Amino acid sequence: MSQVQLSSVSKRFNDTTAVDALSLRIEDGEFLILLGPSGCGKTTALRMVAGLESVSDGEISIDGEVVNDVPPRYRDIAMVFQSYALYPHLSVRKNVEFPLRQQKLSKAERDEKVNVALELLVLSELADRKPGQLSGGQRQRVALARALVRQPRLFLMDEPLSNLDAKLRLQMRADIVALQQRLKATILYVTHDQVEAMTMGHRIAVMNEGKLQQIGKPADLYNKPANTFVARFLGSPGMNIVAASLSGGSVLAGGAPIATTEHPDATAINIGIRAEDLVLSPDGLPCTVVLVEDLGSEVQIISDTQQGERVTVKCSPDSQRPVTGDTIYLRAKAEKIHYFDAITGERLYDLLPQDSAVAETVATNETSESA
Amino acid sequence: MSITTPDAPASPKKQRDSRLALPTKSDHVRGGSYKRRESALGLALVLPATIFFAVFSFYPFFKNFYEILYVPSININNPAKFVGLTQFWDTISSSSFLDSLRSTAIFVVCSVPLGVLGGIFLAVLAHQKLRGIAFFRTAFSSTIVSSAAVAGAVFGVLLNPADGFLPWLGIHFSPNILESPTLALPAVALISSWQFVGLSFIIMIAGMQSLPEEVLEAASMDGASSWTKTWRVTMPLLSPSIFFASVVGVIFSLQSLGVIDVTIGPYGAPYTHTNVLIYAIYNQFVQYNNPGSAACYAFVLFVITLIVTLVQFRLVEKRVHYGQ
Amino acid sequence: MASKHVRRARVNKVVRYAVLTVFAIIIVFPLYIVFLDAVLSNSQIATTPPTLFTFHPHWNNFAVAWRVGGVSHYLFNSILQTSIIVMAQLVTSILAAFAFAFLDFPFKRTLFVIMISTLMIPFEVTLVTNVQTVSSLHLFGSTVGLVIPFLATGTGIFLLRQAFMQIPKEMREAAVIDGYSNMQFLRRVAVPLARPGIAALAVFSFLGAWNQYLWPLILTDNNVSIRTLQIGIKSIGGGVDSANVQIAASAIAVFPLLVILIFFQKHLVRSLTAGAVK
Ligand SMILES: Nc1ncnc2c1ncn2[C@@H]1O[C@H](COP(=O)(O)OP(=O)(O)O)[C@@H](O)[C@H]1O
Ligand SMILES: [Mg+2]
Repeated sequence: MSQVQLSSVSKRFNDTTAVDALSLRIEDGEFLILLGPSGCGKTTALRMVAGLESVSDGEISIDGEVVNDVPPRYRDIAMVFQSYALYPHLSVRKNVEFPLRQQKLSKAERDEKVNVALELLVLSELADRKPGQLSGGQRQRVALARALVRQPRLFLMDEPLSNLDAKLRLQMRADIVALQQRLKATILYVTHDQVEAMTMGHRIAVMNEGKLQQIGKPADLYNKPANTFVARFLGSPGMNIVAASLSGGSVLAGGAPIATTEHPDATAINIGIRAEDLVLSPDGLPCTVVLVEDLGSEVQIISDTQQGERVTVKCSPDSQRPVTGDTIYLRAKAEKIHYFDAITGERLYDLLPQDSAVAETVATNETSESA
Repeated sequence: MSITTPDAPASPKKQRDSRLALPTKSDHVRGGSYKRRESALGLALVLPATIFFAVFSFYPFFKNFYEILYVPSININNPAKFVGLTQFWDTISSSSFLDSLRSTAIFVVCSVPLGVLGGIFLAVLAHQKLRGIAFFRTAFSSTIVSSAAVAGAVFGVLLNPADGFLPWLGIHFSPNILESPTLALPAVALISSWQFVGLSFIIMIAGMQSLPEEVLEAASMDGASSWTKTWRVTMPLLSPSIFFASVVGVIFSLQSLGVIDVTIGPYGAPYTHTNVLIYAIYNQFVQYNNPGSAACYAFVLFVITLIVTLVQFRLVEKRVHYGQ
Repeated sequence: MASKHVRRARVNKVVRYAVLTVFAIIIVFPLYIVFLDAVLSNSQIATTPPTLFTFHPHWNNFAVAWRVGGVSHYLFNSILQTSIIVMAQLVTSILAAFAFAFLDFPFKRTLFVIMISTLMIPFEVTLVTNVQTVSSLHLFGSTVGLVIPFLATGTGIFLLRQAFMQIPKEMREAAVIDGYSNMQFLRRVAVPLARPGIAALAVFSFLGAWNQYLWPLILTDNNVSIRTLQIGIKSIGGGVDSANVQIAASAIAVFPLLVILIFFQKHLVRSLTAGAVK
């Protein structure tokens, strides 16, 4: 089994707290994504798990054993770096073999493992090339082969796809997912790209400013974001957030009713509505159009409320389009409105069951049957 | 997971067990001792260099002060006598010291600018894309191989007053150039600048190769002629290399003992005029067996070197004309 | 129109080569004379107009230099002295530079500053005391004494530290995770990757050691059997009857360096590009 448990783990660099009391658990065979904007502490968290960075506070345990003081080499993990970190003086084969040279294996055993890894990542043909003679995607595959040749109990990946162009990234995304399923590998995967997170992970842990914001399945995070940060961060575009009040069964925004509600009267709340859940109508929230983007299959209208909140609306390409400078009026689908506390940004009313350190969602993963 | 049988539902447990057997608790190097090991290794690795520096750079450096401040007693059994700065002042106010200082200045002025400018000039020439340019670059750096002894030997032939090149070119010196009180030192300085020009060229061409290409390209697009480009763009950007070469050149020239020793020697006619600081140190120590006086000269030489180096650091630090 | 441009470009190219050639001749001329005069007789050397070429090389000069002039000994001594210095400088520099680039240890910064500050102490300033030290160790006039002050170099440590620091941090971390110890990482990754810098250092230290003058001059004064080639050239002397032998010895001294230069000129330039100057 390989489970990783972070309990209130913090990392401080002098006066900055890079990771703040982070608690999460990675189950055996789980593909967990650590998602957040650049500088939020993802890499630091990953490096602490790897043992490359000491832990200021809290405990990290792997398979029940606290590893805070265990040097990286004894943690039995493999890491894929954003820059790949391939050795330029070694051939692809030697690069992949590199981690095995520290294990007590015969030459034949080593070759066997290397060949399997090379085949798995379709690198056999390139085995004798140097990294300098490979394309970005091929290098990425070598980095993956090097990580999995050792059959570690845990894979750590730090934005492994961010140096690839968009098309290759799509391809590699699918490849990594397929590989994970095939190997039943336990992976902690860091990215700042929410699309990557949504499409690849079993669960996503969203971080901001060193703190865990929410952890759960992609759909849960998308449908029930725990706070405005998660709401804005997931989805493209992110969720629109505007100030509102509830009065007499109506949601009022910009002074106008935009939908009905079953919640009691309240002032000083924020509501969140996804772009596809807004509709143009003769009355409702007044907004000034900033830009109209035609994406072919749909049209995105980017506009500002009178308070200066940015609101994006999606509508079908056949509908009547406003032009920049027009005032539009928006209404929302009542059941698609998310309510947040205006001050704390926390979700109100229909919360998900708390899913912090203990993950119950993964129990449904296909990994459970192999255990 | 198992990659040897990727498709079969692996038996992770069995595998893990054997692997887990590797890092048992006792194998774990605990945080504290892990750090301590790294510290110990780090110190062990710098130890050899540290010892050599301590014995052959710092000890003599500090011992030099001792040599300045103390003079040996007449009776060698008595301890050396503390004389404070008396010996130092006496030495550096002597006319032979002042001669030496002046000779050093002349030598540096005659050798360094020529070597540095020559290096720049050759680098500008060689910084172009032409077939066979590598040959010319090697030729321009070739003087780096010339030692003092070799330079002395060949220029001894080239400057031979009786036969060969000088008479052929109709040049006659009286007295002979290497025995002339006024011309011997500049002549040796020229030899020294020839020796230095190879290294100077290497420094300059290296500097040019690390210039941001876009800047030069942008200048070309703006229609700058290659002359303007060289003066307005390349030279300012090259200033760190020019300073670096100047400092290396000054230090090289301050230490040019060999070439003087081979071409002129300690008993050459214009001795007092070619007795540059470094040569004076050697002479005071070896010929006159006067380490105290040699130490005073050495200290002055050190101060000059230090000033030159610090000036270089200051100038580069201010990034006189740095790319960024 | 176009052909005029083409013609002008061609003329321009010829001019460039001409200028390059003229200056190459000027720079290389003294070295050319070394190799030319090494195969001239003394009377050919001392003629007006000077001999600029010969069809009848006088190879005997080398034989005289080799046997009578003692060059066979001097050359052996120079090779020995230079190899020891180069090897030792490489080893001490690689070890120290690796520690400074990759390891964390007490007094790291202080020690680094101390080592770099040796660059500011001219060797000549330490001359008197070093002679005394070497004498008191009973090494005066011995090969060990000849090399011992030069076994470490601040420049080398600085140069290699720069080279090591160019190795991305992730490469080290990847090796750490894979269980490589620091020394294994040094051997398998750091040294192979820093090879260009190491080669440059080797060449610089070879040039420096081979061409050393003052220290061997003093140290071999009383012991001809360890005298190096440079001092040998001086002791042969450049008189009317020995100029050709001295020049032949000089040619022997210069030749290996020229070969090295031809192979490593690019390395030297590269080692000084970017980082190294700042
Ligand atoms: N070695 C370090 N020293 C000081 N601050 C650091 C160090 N590493 C990271 N930080 C800081 O910690 C924060 C989180 O960094 P990081 O984990 O790299 O973020 P992410 O990977 O999410 O972009 C940043 O503010 C960064 O500046
Ligand atoms: Mg990061």
